[in-house]
Amino acid sequence: MIDPVLLAILKGRLEQIADEMDATLFRSAFNPIIAEAHDASHGIYDAVTGDTLVQGKSGLPIFVGVMAFAVKAVIEKSAKSGGPKDGDVWIFNDPYAGGTHLSDFRLVRPLFRDGKVFCYLASVGHWHDVGGNVPGNYNPVATESFQEGMLIPPVKLYDRGELRQDVIDILSSNSRLPNSLFGDLNGQINALDLGVKRMEELLADYGDGTVEAALGELKARAAQLMRAEIKALPQGTVSAEDFLDNDGIVDEPLRIALDLKIEGERMVMDFSRSSPACAGPVNISRATTIAACYVALKHIFGDVPANAGVLEPVEFVIPEDSLLSVRAPKPVGGYTETILRLIDVVFQAIATIAPERSNGCAYGTINALSLAGYRGPDKKRWVMFSFFGGGHGGHPEGDGLNHGNAPISTATIPPLEILEAAYPVMFTQWGLRQDSGGAGKSRGGLGAVYELELLEEEADVFLFGERGRFAPKGVVGGGDAALNRFSYEQTDGEKTPPMASKMVGIKLKRGQKVRLETPGGGGYGDPAERDRAAIERDVALGFVSEEAAERDYGFQSNKKDAA
Amino acid sequence: MGGMSSKRYVIGVDVGGTFTDIFVYDQIAHTVQTTKIPSTRGDQSRGFAEGIARIVPDFSEIATVVHGTTVGTNALLERKGARTGIITTRGFRDILEMRRRDRPTTWGLWGQYQPVISREDRVEVSERVLADGTVREAVNDDEVRQQAEALKAAGCEAVCVFFVNGYANDANERQAVETVRAVWPNGYVTAATEIVPEIREFERLSTAALNAYLQPVVSSYLDRLEKTLKERGFAGDILIVQSNGGVMAIDTAKRFPVRTALSGPAAGVMAAQAIAQAAGFANVITCDMGGTSFDVSLVAAGESALSAQTSIDFGLVVRTPMIEISTIGAGGGSIAGIDNGGILQVGPESAGSDPGPVCYGLGNDRPTVTDANVVLGRINAERPIGGKLARLDVEASRRAIATHVADPLRITVEDAAEAILKIANAKMAGAIRLVSIERGHDPAEFSAMPFGGGGSLHTGALIKEVGLKSALVPRFPGVTSALGCVVADMRHDRVQTVNRLLDGLDAGALGEEMVRVADETALLLDQAGVAFERVDRIYELDMLYLGQTHTVSVPLDIPVAGLTGDGVRTAFEDAYRTTFGRLLDGIPMRVMNYRIAVIGRRPAFDMGAFAPVTDRTAEQCRTGSRHIYADGAWHDAVLYDRHALPVGARVEGPAILEQADTTIFIDPGLKGTVDAFGNVVIDRMAG
Repeated sequence: MIDPVLLAILKGRLEQIADEMDATLFRSAFNPIIAEAHDASHGIYDAVTGDTLVQGKSGLPIFVGVMAFAVKAVIEKSAKSGGPKDGDVWIFNDPYAGGTHLSDFRLVRPLFRDGKVFCYLASVGHWHDVGGNVPGNYNPVATESFQEGMLIPPVKLYDRGELRQDVIDILSSNSRLPNSLFGDLNGQINALDLGVKRMEELLADYGDGTVEAALGELKARAAQLMRAEIKALPQGTVSAEDFLDNDGIVDEPLRIALDLKIEGERMVMDFSRSSPACAGPVNISRATTIAACYVALKHIFGDVPANAGVLEPVEFVIPEDSLLSVRAPKPVGGYTETILRLIDVVFQAIATIAPERSNGCAYGTINALSLAGYRGPDKKRWVMFSFFGGGHGGHPEGDGLNHGNAPISTATIPPLEILEAAYPVMFTQWGLRQDSGGAGKSRGGLGAVYELELLEEEADVFLFGERGRFAPKGVVGGGDAALNRFSYEQTDGEKTPPMASKMVGIKLKRGQKVRLETPGGGGYGDPAERDRAAIERDVALGFVSEEAAERDYGFQSNKKDAA
Repeated sequence: MGGMSSKRYVIGVDVGGTFTDIFVYDQIAHTVQTTKIPSTRGDQSRGFAEGIARIVPDFSEIATVVHGTTVGTNALLERKGARTGIITTRGFRDILEMRRRDRPTTWGLWGQYQPVISREDRVEVSERVLADGTVREAVNDDEVRQQAEALKAAGCEAVCVFFVNGYANDANERQAVETVRAVWPNGYVTAATEIVPEIREFERLSTAALNAYLQPVVSSYLDRLEKTLKERGFAGDILIVQSNGGVMAIDTAKRFPVRTALSGPAAGVMAAQAIAQAAGFANVITCDMGGTSFDVSLVAAGESALSAQTSIDFGLVVRTPMIEISTIGAGGGSIAGIDNGGILQVGPESAGSDPGPVCYGLGNDRPTVTDANVVLGRINAERPIGGKLARLDVEASRRAIATHVADPLRITVEDAAEAILKIANAKMAGAIRLVSIERGHDPAEFSAMPFGGGGSLHTGALIKEVGLKSALVPRFPGVTSALGCVVADMRHDRVQTVNRLLDGLDAGALGEEMVRVADETALLLDQAGVAFERVDRIYELDMLYLGQTHTVSVPLDIPVAGLTGDGVRTAFEDAYRTTFGRLLDGIPMRVMNYRIAVIGRRPAFDMGAFAPVTDRTAEQCRTGSRHIYADGAWHDAVLYDRHALPVGARVEGPAILEQADTTIFIDPGLKGTVDAFGNVVIDRMAG
């Protein structure tokens, strides 16, 4: 067995390599979704199985679980063409094989030692535009992946060290923003170069055998750690379910149901009672479902590492062709909404058996809003695309965070001054939203109100959001948060989308506004137990209106008392 | 400095949480004296003056007092600034509280955040400027006045005026600030664009809001300090160390207190830079090990690295240039234990200094890094540094390590203690790698410079682990920040957002503007009443390819003939190639900001003043020997009185050099040599 001290040292060195790869891409990426929102990830993967061995800490959490599937897809593909070669770099975005959606391009590179693969290094990043029917690729009315963007199966970007310019040409000609694509791709290549260099230094310092033994040991320890966490939970089965508003095509709710069984050191996550695959783009592949469960578990059990061993004691039951395990060409562009709901369901189930480890659901939608048009005398195309924030759930230690990022991401929001400098829009409001947090002993954090006005002749507006019909839930007796609400101005007045939070083809004219009001987080614990001083303060600050304070907490303000 | 021979002293004072360190330089006799006295909580100026008086009874002999202060830092961390208001554009009162939609930790959703300015004190007025600088709606003076009066009536002591897009055109904001200043009862009015006229609303507002929040606290402290010193006959200058490592006049500090956010640590790095330079070391990595954290900072080719932005705490963002200091959770109080997966972990949980390590006997029973050092004989348990405790409980340390580490891993207590140090050292090594390798530096060309009380125990291990060239232990590692005050230059930074494509930019006009702003900034130096050997100017552009959001810092020469577009292009391509390797041909370039630094170089401080004056030999400085455990075996380490060691003394490891404020451990296989400035240089023994 490897010396425990050396193991701890190598663990730190390996994590640092992945972190450095993340940092390299963030600094050199072109599109703000990577550079600002950190919608990317890097790691080190098993030479045979593709399992995640080490993953960077600063990338998008959802990728921690999903990248193993991407590496596996490359291993399978390369086996058909004589196996991996030194200097090969593979590129693809097939979501059915590699998880998530078409916007996420993966680069996978074998690291060779003495003529054989020692491990794989991989990089994934969310590109700005990969073709399809709508700029930015969040097409809320897609019924096939062809309407969401180009689908590239695993192909070689580098063949034994030789760059294949023809591949870049194909990719570039399928994007509305080829410069951005080229810049991001270069950033990912830089990150892989750096990873290879750092791994070679590490192997030279410690020897291949020692590092290999450490990687194996880390996986075994991760499994051991997870088993210990599971064993500490009460035995038995609990169930939880929640709903998506609709799929953007058919206005019917979609169920995500979890039966969570704890059996000694094992956990079964059974999603059998979930809805079948739907027509619109909120389906997800099996790889994505497993990755989302990993994210939820890691939020709850913070000490478990980013390593495949964590999932060893967890069994998944996910029926094929259900909403949570679709095949091509079912559309998957809106995968973020589905996995956010899935994470909510895991939180709700855990809250039933271990309330002290849980929290109210977060706002639960990324609200991808896109405005696009042509500007200036030469009619240059512009596309503004951004995600928005909301509240986090109340928790055992206090009220939820106001205006946080989604649990699947560590993304920051672009500054409004950067958006206004880059696009013909003017924000008229960017503030916290009153009464948006769920009531509770610990109140849910507040969502936000964003309102902006168009400064050009006209623009097309797209929105891809959720939680317009089913609010983020409170737990342990806490109340639900406010619903998501989107509205837009037309010459005949204010409108809201028939599908609540999903719509394409809104035509906005100069001076008209769109307004997005996002949910807060669910409450935690019985509102009747909330400290009176905290309620008074909420009302004084305008976080909670007097009406809501009276309704949710039976609170009468002093003003009313005096009257 | 100053012509009057009666004013012979330059004094550096660093006020920390526990101790006030005084460093007195006699510019006529070229001698130094130092002292340390407990900080006086509540009013730091008392301990400040008493400490100086211990060495210099007659304050009229003092030419300059240079001060590194933690008053601002502590007020931020403890949320003890003044009640402050914000007057802002209608629709945007919550920018400060919404931050950039982040959360404190990646994993776990239990984060919380209290903004320093409460929502009830954030008020709005009608006005709007567009991103291109167009005034869409003018500001109404009456409305501004009413809101200012309302904030005043609510009890706000300070106020910050922040308008969206003020960086592009500050006309509305300036007008509003004038209105507020006319009715505000004191001088505590901050205009956001006066602090940072740079794009990104949250970062600009946060910096300005923190400035306003700190102003009453820091200003009144500095007023008290001036008064206390004057009462004792002081008639010299007071300078304050900024986070960028330069000093500013006391009046500037009262206007821009946010610039003192990292004043103390920055002074330490300045000292390291000066000591290293004098000793002939161009590249050093400073290592400041405290109870809970390990701070590293890089000095490459004689210059310390600056970062444009720092978070003092979650959501407390300060966007002014600061000495780049990376902190990791590995200090003397970091707790060691075995996690559920059976892996030995050290930190980030810490016992701090209270209850502190197990050997303090103050209630903690989980082993720390310091306990490991005690068990291995590297710390003198009978004479602990700092003078707080009479002796350390070695047996308690042993028991804790046995229970929590050695028994679960089935190894001996000594091996367990050494493992704890190895993990802690590996973490510190990781931090050093991140600040060096990541920026393209080869660690083999760098030396570690420990300061603070604990760092000197670990430098030998860091040399081995990271492959550093050597370590340079200054003569007074415990008072480094106070020395830094004495050697720091005067420095002022300016920034302005340009946000134009290079192709459409009048580079000549931009160059002229930068020179003009530099001229204005230089006036601040002239007014400070301090003599400089010379004044340097640094010009930089923040540039990027169109479509990117992160900028590359582009150093610029502005030729007498004027700046040209081609000159800017070449400078950008050089900087980009160095940073990322590949250029992106055919993509337009954008100039986001310009940055200017004007630096008044203060007369060099003669480090020769540190040279030990002694006629003893190294042999004569031996004070005994101690059993120490290293590399899996017990050794007899020779003990030395460090300050008695003469220049040129050579000490082979394993050895321990003791002095009042630190303990230096020289590992087996390493040697220490005293250089001409009293530093101990530790490096490998020739093979």
